[in-house]
Amino acid sequence: MTHRKDAWWIAPFLTVLGFGAFIVYTTWAALQGEHYWYGSYLSPFYSPLLFIDSSAAGAAPLEHAWFGSWPTWWPAMLPSSPALFILMFPGVFRFTCYYYRKAYYRSFVGTPPACAVGALPRKSYLGETALLLFQNFHRYALYPAIAFVFILYYDAVLAFFHDGRFGIGVGTVILLTNATLLGCYTFGCHSFRHLVGGRLNCFSCDKQTQLRYGTWKRVSCLNERHMMWAWISLFWVGFSDLYVRLCSMGIIHDFNTWGF
Amino acid sequence: MAKRIFNIWRGDATGGRFVEYHTDVDTGMVVLDVVHRIQAEQAGDLSCRWNCKAGKCGSCSMEIDGKPRLACMTRMDTFSPSATVTLQPLRAFPILKDLVTDVSWNYQQNKRIPPFRPRPRDADGRYRMQQIDVDRIQEFRKCIECFMCQDVCHVLRDHSRFDTFVGPRFMIRLASLAMHPLDALDRIPAVRKEFGSGMCNITKCCTEVCPEQISITDNGIIPLKERVVDRFFDPLMWVKRNLLRRSA
Repeated sequence: MTHRKDAWWIAPFLTVLGFGAFIVYTTWAALQGEHYWYGSYLSPFYSPLLFIDSSAAGAAPLEHAWFGSWPTWWPAMLPSSPALFILMFPGVFRFTCYYYRKAYYRSFVGTPPACAVGALPRKSYLGETALLLFQNFHRYALYPAIAFVFILYYDAVLAFFHDGRFGIGVGTVILLTNATLLGCYTFGCHSFRHLVGGRLNCFSCDKQTQLRYGTWKRVSCLNERHMMWAWISLFWVGFSDLYVRLCSMGIIHDFNTWGF
Repeated sequence: MAKRIFNIWRGDATGGRFVEYHTDVDTGMVVLDVVHRIQAEQAGDLSCRWNCKAGKCGSCSMEIDGKPRLACMTRMDTFSPSATVTLQPLRAFPILKDLVTDVSWNYQQNKRIPPFRPRPRDADGRYRMQQIDVDRIQEFRKCIECFMCQDVCHVLRDHSRFDTFVGPRFMIRLASLAMHPLDALDRIPAVRKEFGSGMCNITKCCTEVCPEQISITDNGIIPLKERVVDRFFDPLMWVKRNLLRRSA
């Protein structure tokens, strides 16, 4: 299969562990439907709050819902969790991301597991030409992902105000960092880089193309470290949910200037 | 000076096997030096393609301990003194003899690519472009055609899709033409259909092995794939291209 003598299997193995842990935790957290709110902190897994089931423990106040209380048409067999309405958007964005494609093609599908290591046997290889044409959906997943960055910044700013009083807590720092890391990941995306300027052939033609060239250069700086932003933002968004959840459940205490 | 052990693939298109050689390694030697020493002292018929010995001609690419590398740029002090070093020819291409493969398929692909077709000159008879317009494509011009990216690309190496995918080296040649500010030929339909951009699943091995550190995937193949999305999978771009431009 390969004559490589180095530990080529470590990277795909760690990727499986990392993604596996995140998927398991995210699924579990999304299905809880409770303990996603503490003080003025909102878990990023639950933002934006389209509907709120006020009867759930650790639920946000009803005035934070975009469309009001929990809908009566919601199937009883499903948990009343606001996360179920929104998680598919960042989920599709990450799933079709060029970096994540590399990571899971290698780690989960073995095409190939590592460079110069034989691909796992399959009947035929069609690349991204047949079923995987849907990966071209990435550009459409980008648009809501950009909106989510602004929504999460809005949440982070609101977190600084508890009962109308400005303050700072560990949670505010965590949520602000979360929005920033997600911004670095989203605005370093290959599709975004293409749209802002990469699709041009002439950067110097006029004022508009020169402006787009400057934007493209800055986006390229983020794009060079896209893998790093992808992993850090993935970890941090999960950590942010965990922090809010543990505070809401009373397991840990949030140090803040409000004194609660 | 302790002898070092080398496992070198010996054979031709009909078959072959690994042969073990023991030889001295001096300070500062690279793998190509070792191959030359074995040629001189033990195996005069050992075949190896090489030329510049400076990492600029791309001739001495081979698989060293299972990974494509330039033999002239792989220093012996990067290996453990007790380790056996394995040398074999590029796996993706037909073997001619020992460490030499037939890479002519690559030159055939190069001929398939329509050459640069400049747009009409400006009114004063000149062509104009700025450095910022060509910075991107000058990165691709660093390619030394070692074909290690072609060798490590699993589409060619493992799945033998030589019929549908032109390979990373020629994807960046296509990118350099498609991004050229003076090139007037619409290459995107061919990039998708004739040269197989969709076959690449961007696992980035081509970038990992490139001795010139060209960001083949991020700066070449993905931008081409995005241009294919513009043309074939983005209805907003279709509206902009076909309806808005017509009404303008």
